[in-house]
Amino acid sequence: MLPIQILLLAFFAIAIMKVFKRNYTGDLSLWAALFWVLFWVLGGLVVIQPDLTSSLAKLFGVGRGADVVVYLALAGLFFMVFRLMVKIEKLEREITKVVRDKTLK
Amino acid sequence: MAPLVSDMVLVIIPAYNEEKKIGRVIRGLFEQGLEDIVVVDDGSTDQTAAQARKLGVKVLRHEINRGQGAALETGSAYARRIGADVVIHFDGDDQFNPEDIPKAISFMERKNLDVVFGSRFLDRRSQIPWLKRKIILPFSRWINFVFTGCLLSDAHNGFRIFSQKALKMIHITHDRMAHNTEIVRQVKKFHLRYEEFPVEVKYHTYGQGVGGGLMILKDLIIGLFTRLI
Repeated sequence: MLPIQILLLAFFAIAIMKVFKRNYTGDLSLWAALFWVLFWVLGGLVVIQPDLTSSLAKLFGVGRGADVVVYLALAGLFFMVFRLMVKIEKLEREITKVVRDKTLK
Repeated sequence: MAPLVSDMVLVIIPAYNEEKKIGRVIRGLFEQGLEDIVVVDDGSTDQTAAQARKLGVKVLRHEINRGQGAALETGSAYARRIGADVVIHFDGDDQFNPEDIPKAISFMERKNLDVVFGSRFLDRRSQIPWLKRKIILPFSRWINFVFTGCLLSDAHNGFRIFSQKALKMIHITHDRMAHNTEIVRQVKKFHLRYEEFPVEVKYHTYGQGVGGGLMILKDLIIGLFTRLI
């Protein structure tokens, strides 16, 4: 096993532990925790067996395994940014509610 | 001046840093016999609230700036609390002509409407800048149509009149400028009776440009997902 593989696997293991911890403290719902555990486990599988991405690439009709990883990562990042924007909007509305309640007191 | 038949007509003026104009706006409303006025000072850093208080109107002040939609909803919450019969949205930047109000209220009562939307396109009094008249507003009308199902002659006109029924049903959740579309959407959703009425808009500044329009579109799209994500 290459040093980069060991490093990445250690990082993913820590990430999974964090997910369990956040689920235990109630910061992360069960479904969200399952999603993240699955995400990091799949990441670990790709690190151990890089050829898996080539099979995935063939399945999607993309040339190389590395390309499909980049495309999926980009799509995931876009989704996460969008999700953050929605969360920020919700927070903004909460702030407005607090400001309004104080104004009308 | 047309008679104001309704019991309590409350004018809500959202204002942010309008110390130079707010006095003129309020005096204009007084001249039309409108006495019940609430200025929602949206966290101004100038003397907007002090100028309004000097003229004896009710002032509600947001501690921090939350946007025009938020200020209007604060005014609406106040209007519901005091039991206003009719509510008017009127901008604090001296763009609107207060003489339009009595005529619009008469129109509303004559037609038994729940909501009146002001429109710059139903007469020729408003000198609308070319880009707005020919490109931005027509495009915004169609965007509004996509989001609301109503094709009005104008888009994002801050002059509106609500009956008590409409006031109770419409709740603005968009803090910034997307509230214009949200209001129309709620009017359609609650099957409120509405019509447009010609109003004059004077352009002291350009107002919303293309960038502002894109921000509104972004807010509308994000707003659609606030209940899903």
